Amino acid sequence: MEGVLHQVLSGIASGGIYASVALALVMIYQATHHVNFAQGEMATLSTYIALTLINAGLPYWIAFAITIVVSFVIGLLIERILMRPMMDAPVLASVGVFIGLLLIINSSTGWMFDYMIKTFPTPFPGGPILFSGYVSGHELGATCVTLIVLTAVYLFFRHTKLGLAMRAAAFNPVSSRLVGIRVGWMLALGWGLAAAIGAVAGMMVAPIVYLDPNMMAGILLYAFAGALLGGIDNPLGAVLGGFAVGIIENLAGAYLVGTELKLTVALIIIVAVLVVKPSGLLGRTVLSRV
Amino acid sequence: MPALLEARSLHAGYGETRVLHGIDFSVEQGGVTALLGANGAGKTTTLRAICGMVRTSGEIRFGEERIDGKATEDIVQRGVAHVPDGRGTFFELTVEENLRLGAYIRRDRHGIAQDLERVFGYFPRLRERLRQQAGTLSGGEQQMLAIARALLLRPKLLLLDEPSFGLAPLIVQEIFAIMHRIRADEGVSILLVEQNASLALEIAEQAYLLETGRIVISGPAAEIKRDESVRRSYLGY
Amino acid sequence: MARNALLAILVWFAVALLPTLLFSDYHLFQLTMVVVYAIAILGLAILTGFNGQISLGHGAFYAIGAYVTAVLMYQYNVPYWATLPVSAIVCAVIGFLIGLPALRLAGLYLALTTFALAVAVPQLLKHDALSPWTGGVQGLVIDKPDPPFGLDMSPDQWLYLFTLFVGGLLFLLAWNIVRGRIGRAMMAIRDHALAAEAMGIDIALLKTRTFALSAMFTGVAGSLGAIVVQFVAPDSFGIFVSIYFFVGLVVGGVSSIGGAILGGLFIEFVPNLAEQVSKAAPGAVYGVILIAVMFLMPGGAASFIGSLFARFRRRSKSGELLPTKLGGSSADNVSAATTGVPRGAEPDAGGNRGV
Repeated sequence: MEGVLHQVLSGIASGGIYASVALALVMIYQATHHVNFAQGEMATLSTYIALTLINAGLPYWIAFAITIVVSFVIGLLIERILMRPMMDAPVLASVGVFIGLLLIINSSTGWMFDYMIKTFPTPFPGGPILFSGYVSGHELGATCVTLIVLTAVYLFFRHTKLGLAMRAAAFNPVSSRLVGIRVGWMLALGWGLAAAIGAVAGMMVAPIVYLDPNMMAGILLYAFAGALLGGIDNPLGAVLGGFAVGIIENLAGAYLVGTELKLTVALIIIVAVLVVKPSGLLGRTVLSRV
Repeated sequence: MPALLEARSLHAGYGETRVLHGIDFSVEQGGVTALLGANGAGKTTTLRAICGMVRTSGEIRFGEERIDGKATEDIVQRGVAHVPDGRGTFFELTVEENLRLGAYIRRDRHGIAQDLERVFGYFPRLRERLRQQAGTLSGGEQQMLAIARALLLRPKLLLLDEPSFGLAPLIVQEIFAIMHRIRADEGVSILLVEQNASLALEIAEQAYLLETGRIVISGPAAEIKRDESVRRSYLGY
Repeated sequence: MARNALLAILVWFAVALLPTLLFSDYHLFQLTMVVVYAIAILGLAILTGFNGQISLGHGAFYAIGAYVTAVLMYQYNVPYWATLPVSAIVCAVIGFLIGLPALRLAGLYLALTTFALAVAVPQLLKHDALSPWTGGVQGLVIDKPDPPFGLDMSPDQWLYLFTLFVGGLLFLLAWNIVRGRIGRAMMAIRDHALAAEAMGIDIALLKTRTFALSAMFTGVAGSLGAIVVQFVAPDSFGIFVSIYFFVGLVVGGVSSIGGAILGGLFIEFVPNLAEQVSKAAPGAVYGVILIAVMFLMPGGAASFIGSLFARFRRRSKSGELLPTKLGGSSADNVSAATTGVPRGAEPDAGGNRGV
């Protein structure tokens, strides 16, 4: 039984990370109906930036904060420069641009920081080793951090004017313009926020899986699975889906298919969701009467 | 008194298709102007042109300023509220959130609260449905919500695109009755686009008739209402 | 048409003979890989370009073809040429099986799922259960085939001709299919599925068949690739193989048979050039070129060249998957939005009119 509990708690910890990345994906999808295939690469880049700051002597949480701000700006810039003309392009064109972005960031990261695997520090005591047999200090800390971030994002969207405007711009850009919302900037903010969330996810996962330019590929996959499972246009669903995938992946890896095939589990989840219920478990059925 | 809104030689279109072929019209301060015409005449395009939602050439003046070529958000800032065809409801948001968005650009909390109360006075049903998802409202209620949202801007000019569209006659009557009240109490100028000419002519002072992108008739609404030949051939009643 | 065909055959002969006589073994090896990649991209073109099903996971079929050949040659001493038909059949079947759930997916969702497939493939290949055959993480090394009948040429020369021969057959096959009734049906589905259905085209059957066909092409390419490179290992078939095929497709020309050749040239030679710019550059160069093509030349190099020819010949273009240029006027966008036409392509899953 302890083993299962450990797997579940571990799954919640990694689930928090998947949930964060899934949330970032859903935010961009809601606003643009595009999937940001480069989300993982952006998070990896952010993590490298954090490492550079830490190695330069900055205390962990200062580096953490600066990285979030920098990532926010990068996300914003990418939206303004690259994504703006892609707004109404057909799917193939937008997929092409996202893949191109993925390649550029991935390659540049490798070039700037080399391909050696690096360790990334954790600010939480107890280090990445099990204590009390159930969960490590870092996993606990990471779970808390991701929960704080997710809650903050939720409160921001639900209870602030800006959050409302961003939601409006995502749902109905035309009507949003008619109430004076600058839709373009709302999209850019959304991208910035998504990038910042991704940065947090990267910094939380790096101590566990070690940092290299391809760190986030698998995680992106789990995040996709989580977002689809919960409902790709439903932020709450994405978060719950992310946690669910974390738990499923860990349990399946421990008891069903072995740890080498955990990615396949994500693939199976994706296919199953898309075939059985494409709108996801909490998928949005927006009632609209004309 | 100079007109609040004035358009001169206004051309507009979508991509390569030209819809408006150089029209002139104006909206008087504090009055209701009706823009009539059949489907495809270009009525909706006219409203969109005013709001900078389509490409235009020609002149549009709001107050003293030229607003042609400006971005929609800037035009809204100047006090133009547009209730689009199809209502433009934010389906996924609650009624309350829809209303809050109407006042998005305003900073005066007290004023917004006052206006909210007044709006509930016109549309009490909205107060009952505050927490409901806007997409679940009936067509009539969504129309009320759209008008309420526009009023929360405290606009100088209200653009209404086919408020009667798709609604049962009783509801339409109710809404137009409320519009009479709004016109009397708010002091806002209204440009009303309608296919239902008789309803529109009852509330308007001025009227224009649009036919395939050109204005064919213009003048005081009362005269147009009286002119039987015009009514028969153009307005269908 | 006959004149074009004759021209193509002549060019093919020239391409076969001249390099064989003139080039060094290494250059021949590179050219052989160009042909291999061209075939792989051709497979992708059939599915994505002509049938509109976006796949970011064709590396999976490439890997399957490669491993079928490697395993047959290494474990069972099957002659290299005999592995090709087996690989073709295996990949076609798997392609068909994947095509079945793919029916429910469209556009973005399919791209996502195939992306997931590609990421998962290396893990699957490394799995212990399969390693008695696949050689696990280390992979398999296979012998380079010798020229048959004791012909007096180097193995590289022979392989080049062999690959070119197979490639020629496959391109001919593709060309025939695309020009014919099936090709028109494929493109009809791509451009307007509802109309195609109304005209009596069995969409499900055609889409799954197209998937199978596409998988077969790329699978055979994988087999050839394995023979040429003499080595298969799980880590050589990661997500980037699929991505590079996609890039090659788009750059060469997304719905163009000749474009696949351009794509193959691009994938083979650009990394070498790019590395002179910077060691880690290949990916970034691909990315930049990909984005540039999307913005400036969505139809790829082939359509660009084609439009040059068209100016002389006034031929009209068949349905394009991409617009002539991105970033239309805001008026178009606004009118589309307010009349309820979905932005981009709504990824409604297959037949469901969702949400």
